[in-house]
Amino acid sequence: MDKIIEVRHLKKVFGENEVLTDINFKVSKGEVVCIIGASGSGKSTLLRCLNLLELATSGEILFRGEDILTHDMSNSVYRAKMGMVFQQFNLFNNLTVLDNCMVGQIKVLKRKKEEARIKAMEYLEMVGMAQFINAKPNQISGGQKQRVAIARALSMEPEALLFDEPTSALDPEMVGEVLKVMKDLAKSGLTMVVVTHEMSFARDVANRVVFMDSGVIVEDDLPEVIFNNPTNERTRIFLKRILDDR
Amino acid sequence: MEVDAASTFFEWVYYIILTYWPLFLRGAGVTLLISLTGTIVGFGLGIIIGVIRTIPIDQNFNIIQKGLLKLINIILLAYIEVFRGTPMMVQAMVIFYGAAMVYNISLSPIYAGIFIVSINTGAYMAEIVRGGIISIDKGQFEAAHSIGMTHAQTMFSIVLPQAIRNILPALSNEFVINIKDTSVLSVISVTELFFISKSAAGVNYRFFEVFLVTCTIYFIMTFTVTRILRYFEIKLEGPSVYTIHGSQTVPEAEIRITDRERH
Ligand SMILES: Nc1ncnc2c1ncn2[C@@H]1O[C@H](COP(=O)(O)OP(=O)(O)OP(=O)(O)O)[C@@H](O)[C@H]1O
Ligand SMILES: [Mg+2]
Repeated sequence: MDKIIEVRHLKKVFGENEVLTDINFKVSKGEVVCIIGASGSGKSTLLRCLNLLELATSGEILFRGEDILTHDMSNSVYRAKMGMVFQQFNLFNNLTVLDNCMVGQIKVLKRKKEEARIKAMEYLEMVGMAQFINAKPNQISGGQKQRVAIARALSMEPEALLFDEPTSALDPEMVGEVLKVMKDLAKSGLTMVVVTHEMSFARDVANRVVFMDSGVIVEDDLPEVIFNNPTNERTRIFLKRILDDR
Repeated sequence: MEVDAASTFFEWVYYIILTYWPLFLRGAGVTLLISLTGTIVGFGLGIIIGVIRTIPIDQNFNIIQKGLLKLINIILLAYIEVFRGTPMMVQAMVIFYGAAMVYNISLSPIYAGIFIVSINTGAYMAEIVRGGIISIDKGQFEAAHSIGMTHAQTMFSIVLPQAIRNILPALSNEFVINIKDTSVLSVISVTELFFISKSAAGVNYRFFEVFLVTCTIYFIMTFTVTRILRYFEIKLEGPSVYTIHGSQTVPEAEIRITDRERH
């Protein structure tokens, strides 16, 4: 299969604190990979390294075979191909819903305004937010904000989309609308890496589930295996605790 | 009208207004001109400096770029500290007489006044703008970077507009302070309101009556300016309602929704 992302021996150190230790994993085109693990295990840091929001201490990140840490490609060009959706939405507060989805296309991809508008509308339509194009971020609900954030990332037409706990900041009744959009995206063949605590999403939608604990990948396997027959004791303990909490 | 030592307080006030109103008006005009221009130029300076001082040291910079940025930052910091740490009245003396002595140019007092108020305001606004920029949620930068926008693009299309909106109250505050503080420019003979009042009071030996009038004029100016700027602040917050386009059943319908998070 077509490899999009390959991470080799990735290490990230904050001061004295080694947050990621020898991370290795691959994401192929069209795959949906869910990353699960306890709080503080380094999931966000891994995602942020993939998007260059954090600079990896050592190791390689290959994007379609090119090492992005040695600057074969400019940060800007690479990031445009690797979208990110944040837990806190981070919509641009000074821009309307429509402009949120257009600004990157115009500034980074140098698309014409009209073209950018058409693309933005297409993706806003897809996430069900086309009616709200004139609203400012502080005028819409959390679930709506996250759907706009997804449309904003999609408007750049990235090769892969990273999600960092996209539903964790949402009121329970809004989680569903965002997960529905994500399921549709997964079905449409978008390559996705999703850090999530939504175990049912991981079980139903993911092609692979990665379990992380204290900065290492403990297990990386099919969802059936992770959820039904985890080989590692730590995975078992984590899942038991999570599922018992429900 | 006749006034003498025996005239009442009100007669004096009336006399002074009647005789000096064109001068008061001119003085108030000069005060407004200097403080308005100074505030605008100072705001511009503050934005430029605030933006430069918040440029992150990028790991992609080479040694020369890093060194240059550091040097510029040191110079800007020195400027800010010196102008915030000394009285504007003293700055006025140093610059006005310094320019005359060192460069042999005699600045017209009004231009000197505008120059002094501008760089003084610039020093304060630089810190206010920098504060405004760093108080914008880090998530705004990260989201912009995550779609490939550069630091400059993020600054000018996303962060600065939000920062400026947040510091508008500080800007109008600075304008009001400038209206009052231009009075110190009388030391370099700028014919602003305070200078004019001093002359008028001296000629007639009526200090209380003249400065009561002056006081009123200052208050009218600052009060009016505060109201006007407040109006613009509210306008800039934008409409508190937005329109939903084309409801599913009636495509041409426009539904107006009021704000969720605004009071
Ligand atoms: N900028 C930073 N400086 C220092 N330490 C950091 C920084 N960012 C993260 N860490 C540390 O790295 C570790 C992993 O954090 P990370 O946010 O990646 O965890 P996580 O798995 O995403 O947790 P959560 O489920 O709570 O989001 C934590 O111990 C955290 O304190
Ligand atoms: Mg996290």
